[in-house]
Amino acid sequence: MAGAGAVTGGTGGAGQVGPIARLAGGGMALGAAAAGAAAVRALTAPRPVGWPDGGDGRRARWQVVTVDRPPGQVLPEGRWPEPLRRLGDAVQVRVRPAPGDRGTELAARPRPGAGPPPGLAVHLVGDDPGRLVRRALRQAKQLAETGEVLRPDRDALDRPAVTPE
Amino acid sequence: MRALCWMGAGELAVRQVPDPELRNGHDAIVRVRRSAACGADLSLLAGRGPAVGEVLGHEFVGEVVEVGPEVRRHRVGDRVVVCSSVSCGSCWYCRRELHSCCDNGSTDPEAGEATWGHPVAGCFGQPRAQGGFAGSHAEYVRVPYADVGAFAVPEPVSDDRALFASDAAPAGWMGADLGGVRPGDVVAVWGAGAVGQVAARAARLLGAERVVVVDRHPDRLRAAERHAGAETLDYRRVDVAAELRDRSGGRGPDVCVDAGGAADGARSLGDRLTGAPPRPAAVREAVHACRKGGSVVVLGAHPAVVDRFPLGMVTAKGLTVRGARQHGPRYIPMLLDRMARDELRTEYLATHHLPLDRAPEAYTPLRTRAPGCLRPSSTPLPPPPPPPHPPTTTPPLRQPR
Ligand SMILES: [Zn+2]
Ligand SMILES: [Zn+2]
Repeated sequence: MAGAGAVTGGTGGAGQVGPIARLAGGGMALGAAAAGAAAVRALTAPRPVGWPDGGDGRRARWQVVTVDRPPGQVLPEGRWPEPLRRLGDAVQVRVRPAPGDRGTELAARPRPGAGPPPGLAVHLVGDDPGRLVRRALRQAKQLAETGEVLRPDRDALDRPAVTPE
Repeated sequence: MRALCWMGAGELAVRQVPDPELRNGHDAIVRVRRSAACGADLSLLAGRGPAVGEVLGHEFVGEVVEVGPEVRRHRVGDRVVVCSSVSCGSCWYCRRELHSCCDNGSTDPEAGEATWGHPVAGCFGQPRAQGGFAGSHAEYVRVPYADVGAFAVPEPVSDDRALFASDAAPAGWMGADLGGVRPGDVVAVWGAGAVGQVAARAARLLGAERVVVVDRHPDRLRAAERHAGAETLDYRRVDVAAELRDRSGGRGPDVCVDAGGAADGARSLGDRLTGAPPRPAAVREAVHACRKGGSVVVLGAHPAVVDRFPLGMVTAKGLTVRGARQHGPRYIPMLLDRMARDELRTEYLATHHLPLDRAPEAYTPLRTRAPGCLRPSSTPLPPPPPPPHPPTTTPPLRQPR
């Protein structure tokens, strides 16, 4: 059983270069000023993109998660999972089987030319559609894998303050 | 209920907070019987991460007082030890027993993505990026995915022993396991805290010929000799590299485990002033000491970035470097079996016993490395209060918001 974060040295072990590695120069420059998690955050956080208006030719990047279930379970009866359905016409959705028995790759992106979706969700995540799509994908994945969306101990808005003694 | 809350940098207080509630169908509510203070919390206390009022603590044993409708393996009244990390049991990672890599263990996966590039398993008593679940220095705790993270404690195992099946024991055992310890191996363990003690004991139980524990606290080293059957080195007094070479016939240890945890991040004044990342002293020593083709296992909460890592040594010697936060559910049932058979006695790790009302004091001996301190444990004051809600099942909580 492979463990997390395995790095194998010696012959043939030096292969993988991830986004952090490629940006290591930037990391060093940042290192002195912002050591620790902040530096990593700067290197890996997805950049926000606006709703693609279709006018400037810029398209939002597909966001993708891999769901450890077969496509039939991720899209029961061919329907989008509920968290994505809520976004309606505002997003495009793409599905394909993941290689190597890894389930289903579920992708979505804001639809070019579409405005933000109606309803409450937008005010929860601000006007960053990438983030909204990302959250819907994560929720769809959790629903398919665990049957539920994990809830925090309390909703952010009703978190009561501690009572002094 | 009462709980130990973070009130600002270095400031802790026992406060009245709302009782936890079932929030998902797989939740259970556990009444805490013992909760241990962990060195990994010290950097939290110092003041980065938590919000004021957040409840600390992630290692605990208790009694189930309420279960959600989807919980199958537990009933009200069960005595359980709860894994410190929160994992779903059903994603790709969990199904391969890589529980600390769980995709669904956090209520705020985007926060994990921002910090680590991917969501990772949640943990009790940690900031949102690591789950967003209240901690265990409290009378009650909400346990998400209770069928995955809570384990019935066999009758003969005491609370004080079972408590360490929550975090220190699975983490320590994992160190030996990921290192692939085999009969006849020489194993070196850096750090004689609770995790290092169990890593050393695990290496012995897995058949290691010699286990050498490296630390600077004589009382901890004595405990490793007595309870883990290890030889010890005080790194302030001896040349660790030379000693390890001597004790392994010049080969170097087959497996090196860094169980120093957060303490390893100590930085010089100069480094702090210039903002240089901390240097991983123990990992560096381990990479230098390890035999060619051997394994170096890095455990615990490390700073995100460290400096002066001997990378060339890893390739030149063909080392395998592995790391993980603990994959608790992979090990906890086996550990409880060994505890029930007296093969693994962990109660000596609880060196200070305090009532919950004095829990703010629990971190002082950890912070000052007081002689004799391994893990302080606290317990809500007896007599146990009645459950926060009558034991009941509630309708499924699906698709919130
Ligand atoms: Zn811990
Ligand atoms: Zn999982």
